[in-house]
Amino acid sequence: MRALRGQVAAELRLTVRRGDSVLLNVAIPVGLLVFFSLVDVLPKPAGVVHPVDFLSPGILALAVMSTSMVSLGIATGFERQYGVLKRLGATPLGRPKLLTAKIAAIAAIELVQAAVIVAVALLLGWNPGGPVALAVPAILLATIAFSGLGLLMAGGLRAEVTLAAANGLYLVLLLLGGMIFPLSKLPSGLRTVAQALPAGALSDALHGALTTGGAVPARAWVVLAAWAVAAPLVAARTFRWE
Amino acid sequence: MTVIEVSGLVVRYGGLVAVDGLNLEADAGQVVALLGRNGAGKTSTVETLEGYRRAAAGTVRVLGLDPQRRDDHHRLTQRVGVMLQRSGVYPAMGPAEALRLFASYYQRPEDPDVLLERLGLTGAVARTPWRRLSGGEQQRLSLALALVGRPEVAFLDEPTAGVDPQGRLAIRTVVTELRAAGVCVVLTTHELEEAERLADRIVIIDCGRVVAAGTPAELTTSGRGGAGVGGPLEIRFGAPPGLDTAALTTRLRAAVVELRPGEYRVDAPGLPATVAALTAWLAEHDLPLADLRAGRQRLEDVFLRLTAGDGAGGSDTRP
Repeated sequence: MRALRGQVAAELRLTVRRGDSVLLNVAIPVGLLVFFSLVDVLPKPAGVVHPVDFLSPGILALAVMSTSMVSLGIATGFERQYGVLKRLGATPLGRPKLLTAKIAAIAAIELVQAAVIVAVALLLGWNPGGPVALAVPAILLATIAFSGLGLLMAGGLRAEVTLAAANGLYLVLLLLGGMIFPLSKLPSGLRTVAQALPAGALSDALHGALTTGGAVPARAWVVLAAWAVAAPLVAARTFRWE
Repeated sequence: MTVIEVSGLVVRYGGLVAVDGLNLEADAGQVVALLGRNGAGKTSTVETLEGYRRAAAGTVRVLGLDPQRRDDHHRLTQRVGVMLQRSGVYPAMGPAEALRLFASYYQRPEDPDVLLERLGLTGAVARTPWRRLSGGEQQRLSLALALVGRPEVAFLDEPTAGVDPQGRLAIRTVVTELRAAGVCVVLTTHELEEAERLADRIVIIDCGRVVAAGTPAELTTSGRGGAGVGGPLEIRFGAPPGLDTAALTTRLRAAVVELRPGEYRVDAPGLPATVAALTAWLAEHDLPLADLRAGRQRLEDVFLRLTAGDGAGGSDTRP
C-alpha cells in the first residue's frame, strides 16, 4: 500500500514537472474553450445559441483524450525506452501496482482538469443540463479506451515515434472528434468514420449528457464500450516491457 | 550457505544461443565476478537470475526460489537488489527522490540519506535530475537503488563501467561492505582488474560457457588453476631485444621464445633452479633483466588464452 501511494505521488509529480503535459492537459483545452467561447467563429450545431454550450462538453472530451492517450502514451514510451519499466519489474512494486498507480494518477489529473474546465465554462456562461450523471461512465469508458491506445503505442513503438504518433492522433481526433467542430458539420462518409472512433463517441456522449434536453445515443455507448475492451486487450498482448 | 545455484543453463534468442550449458554457484558473503568479453553470455545469465529471461534448459535457483516463476519472483523482489546495465531511472528524478520512491517499495528499507552519503550523492547532486548526472553519478545512484531494499543478493551488471576512479573506489568500498554483511554479490565485468580487485571468485565465461573458475590466486597460478585453467607452465622475463634464444634454450633445456621484442617466454615450470640458471646466463652476458614472472601469470594472460578464439573482441549480439 505504501509502495502504491509512493508510486501514485511520483507519477503525479513527474506529470506536473513535464511542461508539455501541463500545456497539453490544461493550457490547450482551457485556451480553446476561452478563445472560441469569446470569438464566435466556429460552426455550431442547430439549436445552440452560445458557443460555450457546445464547446464545454467537447473540451472535456479533449481533456480526457489528452491525459489518458497522449500524456500516458508519451510518458510510458519514454519510461520503456529509458529502461525504467524494466527496472521496476525487479522491484516489489511489480507491474500490476505500476499499472494501478498510473490509472490512479490519470483519474486524479482528470478530476483536476474537469474542475478547472467546468469552472472556466461556468464563468463563460455555460448552462449545463441533461442527464449529467451519465458523463461519469462515459468518461470512465473513454479513459479505458484511450489508455489502451496510448499504451498500445508506448509498448510497441520507439518513444520518439510514440511522441509523434500520439500528437498526430491528438490533432486528427481533435478535428474529427466533435470536440470543437460539430460532427453534424462533417461530410456524411467522414461523419460515419468519426462516430465509430472513441473521440467522436465520447463527445457525442458528453454533448448528450450535459446539454439541456439531451440524451446519450446508444451508438456512443456501444462504440465506447467496444474500444474500452479492444484497445487494452490488444495493448496487453503486444506490449513489450523492454 | 549456497544462495545461487545454476546448472545446465541454456538461454536462446531465436536461433542465437547466448548461454550454453552454464553452471554457477555462489554463497552468502561471497563476491563472484562473471568475467567475459561482450556477448559472452554474462548479462543473459544474470538476467535469468533476475527473472527477466526464461531458460531454454537447465535450472536456476536464487535463495532456493525459481525467479522464472511468477510468485517466486515476486517473493524474490523483496530480497534481491538489481543494478542493470542501463540504469532505468526516471530521467527527471534526482537521486534523493528516486531513492525515497524505491525505499517505499520495500518492507524494511535502508535510510535513503545514509545511502546517499555512502555513495557520495549528497548536496546539490542529490537534487539533480538523473539525465544531468555524470556517468559515474548515474552508476552510483543505480547501485544505491539496488541496495535500498537491504537485499540478501545483489546482481550488479557492469557496476564500474564508465565510472571515474573515485567512483570506482566508492563502489569497491560498498561491495566490500556488502560482503562483510553476508550479502551474496554477483557482478559482471569485462575488466580484468575490476574482477581481480573485487571478487572472491572469478568465473570466466566465453561463448555462453564457463571456461574457468576459481579465486584470483588460483586462476593466476600456473598448473593448479581452478576448473580447466592449467595453461602451459612458463617463466616470462624482459631483457634487451634480440637475445640468442637458441643458446639460452640449450642452457635452460627448455624452449625460449621472444614473444615481442624484449619480451621472452621460457616454457618451463617456475622452479628456482631454472630461474637461477636464467639469471646466471644473463649475468654472464652482462645483460640487464627488466622484469621476471615465474609461476604466476597475469590474469589478463589467463583470460586472453582461455577466451582466444574466433575474432577476439567479439561483438555484442544480444537484441
